[in-house]
Amino acid sequence: MAFNNEEEMYQEHVLDHYEDPYHRGTCEHPTHAHEDKNPLCGDVVRVELAIDDEGRVREAWFEGKGCVISQASASMLMEQLEGKRVDELKDFSAQQMLDLFGARLTPNRQKCCLLPWRVVQTAVHSRVAGDEDDENPGPTFAGPDLGEES
Amino acid sequence: MVVVERPLPLDPVALRADFPILQQTIHGDKPLVYLDNAASTQRPREVIDALVEVYQQHYANVHRGIHWLSDQSTERYEIARERVRGFIGADKMTEVIFTSGTTAGINLVARSWGDANVRPGDEILLTEMEHHSNIVPWQQLAERTGCTIRFLPITDDGLLRMDLLDEFLTERTKLVALAAVSNVLGTINPVSEIARRAHAVGALVLVDAAQSVPHMKTDVRQLGVDFLAFSGHKMLGPSGVGVLYGREQLLEAMPPFLGGGSMIRYVRKDGFTSADLPAKFEAGTPPIADAICMTAAIDYLERIGFDAIPAHEHLLAERAHDLLAKIDGLSFVGPSPDKKAGIVSFVLDKPHSHDVAQLLDGNGIAIRAGHHCTMPLHERLGIDSSNRASFYFYNTPDDVDKLGEALLGIKEFFGRERKRRRAKP
Repeated sequence: MAFNNEEEMYQEHVLDHYEDPYHRGTCEHPTHAHEDKNPLCGDVVRVELAIDDEGRVREAWFEGKGCVISQASASMLMEQLEGKRVDELKDFSAQQMLDLFGARLTPNRQKCCLLPWRVVQTAVHSRVAGDEDDENPGPTFAGPDLGEES
Repeated sequence: MVVVERPLPLDPVALRADFPILQQTIHGDKPLVYLDNAASTQRPREVIDALVEVYQQHYANVHRGIHWLSDQSTERYEIARERVRGFIGADKMTEVIFTSGTTAGINLVARSWGDANVRPGDEILLTEMEHHSNIVPWQQLAERTGCTIRFLPITDDGLLRMDLLDEFLTERTKLVALAAVSNVLGTINPVSEIARRAHAVGALVLVDAAQSVPHMKTDVRQLGVDFLAFSGHKMLGPSGVGVLYGREQLLEAMPPFLGGGSMIRYVRKDGFTSADLPAKFEAGTPPIADAICMTAAIDYLERIGFDAIPAHEHLLAERAHDLLAKIDGLSFVGPSPDKKAGIVSFVLDKPHSHDVAQLLDGNGIAIRAGHHCTMPLHERLGIDSSNRASFYFYNTPDDVDKLGEALLGIKEFFGRERKRRRAKP
């Protein structure tokens, strides 16, 4: 049984992040958080961030369940986020996320990969408990609606 | 893996040769193993040829032109209607409405019959195993009319709780709408018994027959149902055409749903008069060529016969259960093969269903992953998603074996010890 065609999608570094994720869990003192899902496959990702007064991400944690791609990309993204400034995150594009993931993905699986990125883009605008900030829905990913499959 | 070989009720290898699309290799050199027939089947060459012939020789709009081509087209369109009538055992051609598919048929009934007959406090009884297309039109009806939607529960292994039926069937029940065969569980429901008991309390019965008509003999009179909807594309026919059967007396009393050309007798500035059945429910230009090709699809299916088709699919489902039961971390969704059609759904503990389908695809195997348009069923079963292999007569025991081997390979792939390679940041 060979997985030649999947070697690209399920590369070792992807499986590594899936099986041994970076910062899967909850942030002790989160300042920002957001959760969303991809209804097509039921993937769920929640991101909690601790952003300091200078607007720099001190800690980034995620929880979630779903496919290898969505969970591995969440782990990769958490690693990438820490130490970055919020304005840098806002400039971090979908294409940069796909590049960070590395493995080549079909269009449908790109949506799995981009779920954590989408959650982070909204999380940076979503202060936790009491702290008022603009509620911004974040960028939407162009493409067919994932809400239904027949 | 050793499986006891039994003689097959038909020759799937010979039949498969009739299907051009199944002759391909994909991803380089992998023969295509198509196990997604519950989503849509493939077409034999004679159905494809029939479609080409219509467009090359007979096509024009139907019931309109006073010219030779329109006569040709109209005649073939009505021959197809008669062929469908005989195929499902309906009394009259006026009871056969061409639609765009099962979903359109159910929506037609919900809009036309539903809006005219359902009042606040009335109940529509569904089951927990329904496809979204047999849930949402009724939820929309409930929004419009204030009726209540109820769901007949299922057992953990996916059988209807028939012991609760009397509790759920009341004098408030106006309609029971259910699948003859579940698209996920494969469960074959006791439709005629439910119809009898529903009629006893004065309720009508609508059957979503999308998963049953392609695979087993269907006789609407024997079933004793009031409405029955199915799709062409799940039974070798073209996509975009379906059939709604309705008892003539009911269809006669129902107001038209879509308004437009064909469905009228007269139109004046101050109103219109509806055409007679079946035109009343076929507004606009219908899927002409697609409907005509239903004749070729039915001819092909009846040549194989509805004794051999379900018997063959049953053997494949049993074989799949035997093989897949040996895979660690795999659990079946749905009842044992003796209670279901050729649909085998399952959940692996790891990885996610979409990863399973992706990895199988790499081996040339097409199966379904996700919730298969049955979110309430998945919620009832406490699972986020599942994988589904669904068979047709052109599938071979070898197809099933390839699925089993590939799944074992996936388990092995994800069970492998991996060394952490990346450095901690």
